[in-house]
Amino acid sequence: MSDINHHILSVLVQNRPGVLARVSGLFARRGYNIFSLAVAPAEQEGFSRITIVVDLESASLEQIVKQLFKLIEVVKISELDPRSSVERELLLATISATGDERGQVVELVNIFEGKILAVGVDAITVSLDGFPDKLDDFVELLTEYGIVEMQRTGRVALPKLQRHLERQIERKAT
Amino acid sequence: MKITGAQALIRALEMERVETIFGLPGGCILPAYDPLLDSPIRHILVRHEQGAGHMAEGYAHVTGRPGVCLVTSGPAATNMVTPLMDAYMDSIPMVCITGQVPTTAIGTDAFQECDTVGITRSTTKHNELVMTAQDLPMAVRQAFHIATTGRPGPTLIDVPKDVLTNSMDWYWPSDEEVIDSLPGYRPTTKGDPALIKEAAKLILASERPVLYAGGGILKARAAEALRELAELTGIHVVTTLMARGAFPDDHPLCLGMPGMHGNATAVTAMQRSDLLVALGARFDDRITGKIPAFAPEAKVIHVDIDPAEQGKVRKPDVPIVGDCKLVIEELIKAIKDLLQGGSTQADIGAWKSRISGWQEQFPLHYEPSEPGEALKPQFCLEQLRDNAPEGTILVSGVGQHQMWSSQYWKFNEPYTWVNSGGLGTMGFSVPAAIGAKVGQPDRTVWAVDGDGCFQMTAQELVTASVERIPIKVAILNNSYLGMVRQWQEMFYEERYSEVYLSPEVPDFVKWAEAMGCVGIRVDSPEEVQPAIDKANSVDDRPVVVDFRVDAREKVFPMVPAGFSNDDLLLPGTQQANRGALK
Repeated sequence: MSDINHHILSVLVQNRPGVLARVSGLFARRGYNIFSLAVAPAEQEGFSRITIVVDLESASLEQIVKQLFKLIEVVKISELDPRSSVERELLLATISATGDERGQVVELVNIFEGKILAVGVDAITVSLDGFPDKLDDFVELLTEYGIVEMQRTGRVALPKLQRHLERQIERKAT
Repeated sequence: MKITGAQALIRALEMERVETIFGLPGGCILPAYDPLLDSPIRHILVRHEQGAGHMAEGYAHVTGRPGVCLVTSGPAATNMVTPLMDAYMDSIPMVCITGQVPTTAIGTDAFQECDTVGITRSTTKHNELVMTAQDLPMAVRQAFHIATTGRPGPTLIDVPKDVLTNSMDWYWPSDEEVIDSLPGYRPTTKGDPALIKEAAKLILASERPVLYAGGGILKARAAEALRELAELTGIHVVTTLMARGAFPDDHPLCLGMPGMHGNATAVTAMQRSDLLVALGARFDDRITGKIPAFAPEAKVIHVDIDPAEQGKVRKPDVPIVGDCKLVIEELIKAIKDLLQGGSTQADIGAWKSRISGWQEQFPLHYEPSEPGEALKPQFCLEQLRDNAPEGTILVSGVGQHQMWSSQYWKFNEPYTWVNSGGLGTMGFSVPAAIGAKVGQPDRTVWAVDGDGCFQMTAQELVTASVERIPIKVAILNNSYLGMVRQWQEMFYEERYSEVYLSPEVPDFVKWAEAMGCVGIRVDSPEEVQPAIDKANSVDDRPVVVDFRVDAREKVFPMVPAGFSNDDLLLPGTQQANRGALK
């Protein structure tokens, strides 16, 4: 995965029915590409935070942000610079592993500091969280054993605490 | 005090000072129609929900107040999609209330159920499904607040039947409570003073400036401020299709309409300018032509209340987010301050003489018909215009007749021109004219329509007759979908595909009479004046005048789609002199 055209938007929204449909509908209608999207309740009651990784081949970041702001339920948008934010993604995978291979997979999971969640006769299910690039590497190494099923969450991100380099694009009332 | 959701809904509309509702009842919205019987609100019963939507738009256009529609669920809601989108594109404040199946039935494919909120999500500024009766007053207040502030637009409230029948404790939220409930909605109205000062300097330094006035001038009630700015600086004004009337056509600084069918001077002045001051305008493709070739030497000051319009099409040198009226007033002050501080305005004399040269050489032009020849649509419009009482409101449909209306009418007053600009909705004219007449009952309202458009929504003339709303309709009837015919003639080697409408069916006079209107047919130039006199003398019912006009007539000037504004096609002999548009 190349990050060149990918930008992370952290969007604080009022947690109301249909808000995700509004955001995804806007992207579809204006022809913007979503690379990944994660949504969950935010620290403040009644609000959710949507982390969107956008693909900028289709439109300028400025237009995407401005169009998002037109949604009534969007309260705040921050663009997170990868250099000054912390990012994490979670991966769950079931890998086919029998006999000797099982030991090799377990070794890989340990090297990457992942967890083994379940062990079957000919497969094991593992979890790994971390920076998306790390997950990419892990997946690449697992591929030769055979990935039966895999689910990634898409990345979530917050600005780093110490260095306030994140560019806050605009701020509505909080 | 306990009242039903339906009573709360109607009371909330009364609290919002709604005087007129355009609507049509049905199953799910039925409970709301009962308290309406006891309300002072006037309800206009339409014959098709689309008509209610366009009536609400026409009403909003001429009054500046939100138009309100009340319809049922399912097919009624889907019939509202077109007017909602039309209002969204043209920034018309409008509130639509739709019935919905009971909350317990939502998602079961119940009778007349549809996902109204899902369907209208991208055709409204905001919409909301109200799930409890207690939420209704706040939902109504939010809908009116959102529809009428910032960049205006349509909002929709979807109300399930049991929400209308359940009881609630009446309350009326305060302004603060409404604003607090919408933490993500804070429109910027006041422009940035530093940017306004920068804009003032650019305006004074420019040698070839043009004020590019869009529909935002009318939405912001900024016509007077615009006039003051133009007169202070002596800068010419173009008024887009959505801004006709925002600056008087009879003013010496008015250049009229630019764009695909704009007059040669307005198009060329923008094209050659060194500074475009865009005021509530959005650089629509019908204005810019081929975007990379649009006004190549111009710097741009862009004033718009919608931040997303800044840089959407053309990157502005000075982007000012704010309400047009407030920003223009501040801009005037900034310019006066600079002038008092010793700054001087660049000499725009040479530019003004170039403009007047173009105006002399390239006026709007059509070949008048010789005796015995077919009637010209432009002639009909000139006669309608010259016989129209002061303050007449003109409402058009979409197509050739719309462009001729905008070109040949003289709009000297704001809010006298109503049309479907962004969406281009055929069938807009008749219902929008009815809404306009309801909003301004003392004015003459002429709907100028095509025969194609008229057949899409003509049934609303029944509404107009029964409700005693005496509008006048001029059909410029060329038996064709004229604008499509024009494109097929010019760009498809005269291969006319599915554009010919049967000239004798329907009989428009009989149809008009069947709907309770006066019907008049006009075939020749001599009949025009008597027909208009007769139409103007009727004030107790609608009038339909069927002008049979020359089908070969085309709208000029024209910038073919995708071409640069430099490639403007001019009428008749003007084309040979087009080199002078330099």
